Amino acid sequence: MKPQPLALKMLNVVSVLLFLAALGMVFLYAPLEVTMNYVQKIFYFHIATAWVGMLGFIAAAVAGVVCLIKHDQKWDIIELAAVEISLIFFLIAIFAGSIWARPTWGTYWTWEPRLTTAAILEMIYIAYLLLRQGIDDPDRRARFSAVYTLVGAISVPITFLSIRLFRTIHPVVIGTNSASTGSFDMTSKMLLTMFFALFTFSIIFVDLFWHRIRLGQLAQLVEQLKLEELQ
Amino acid sequence: MIEYATSIKYMLAGYVMILTMLSLYIVSLSIRWRNLKRDIQTLKEIQKKD
Repeated sequence: MKPQPLALKMLNVVSVLLFLAALGMVFLYAPLEVTMNYVQKIFYFHIATAWVGMLGFIAAAVAGVVCLIKHDQKWDIIELAAVEISLIFFLIAIFAGSIWARPTWGTYWTWEPRLTTAAILEMIYIAYLLLRQGIDDPDRRARFSAVYTLVGAISVPITFLSIRLFRTIHPVVIGTNSASTGSFDMTSKMLLTMFFALFTFSIIFVDLFWHRIRLGQLAQLVEQLKLEELQ
Repeated sequence: MIEYATSIKYMLAGYVMILTMLSLYIVSLSIRWRNLKRDIQTLKEIQKKD
């Protein structure tokens, strides 16, 4: 396996710097929200992690389609990497949302449409990882995983649109929802901080994605060496 | 309106959780990478002996 390319090393540095800058913007630049005060600052990373999580699940479905068309294991590695990182980011978004909800809604969790669809989405992809492990044949595993991510991706738009389609207490950032609790008027500084956090987490996602793909390639190499040893 | 002390407490809890989970994932990537490298080393040594 080749050592880290220069572009990846540079991406690591850029990711760390952007992350620190995003933290700086959240704590030093974005104004304090009047009703929720400091806890509202969770919002910036909550929305950014949820965004990259959902984007990653869609990317996994795209990789799945390519895998089915090209019958190439490379796309299975890419698909797995996208799912794993998205699962982590989406779990962070769920936990961050729960922490934000406690002082705002008075509870960590409630079975309202957004939270329910988000929990289902997370469980669908946890099941993906568990089911993959039960298939030994790499080609069969790749085919099964590709179809699974394709079907699983249907839950992404459902989760995204749930706050717009159903009556829910979850705030809508863009647009309005009269039934929501914890919604607030975004100032231009808040909006800029939110978009910077979205950009930062997108870059962090790409960085981790690259690392995870390299890890998948290394795992594939180990699998090949083991097969050679057995023959 | 949420009290300042309560608000700060939950904000800190949120950011500590985010940093912890991201760090744990990066550490897990690094451990898995190291283990796979070790596996490759061992498998190559076995192949040489054979």
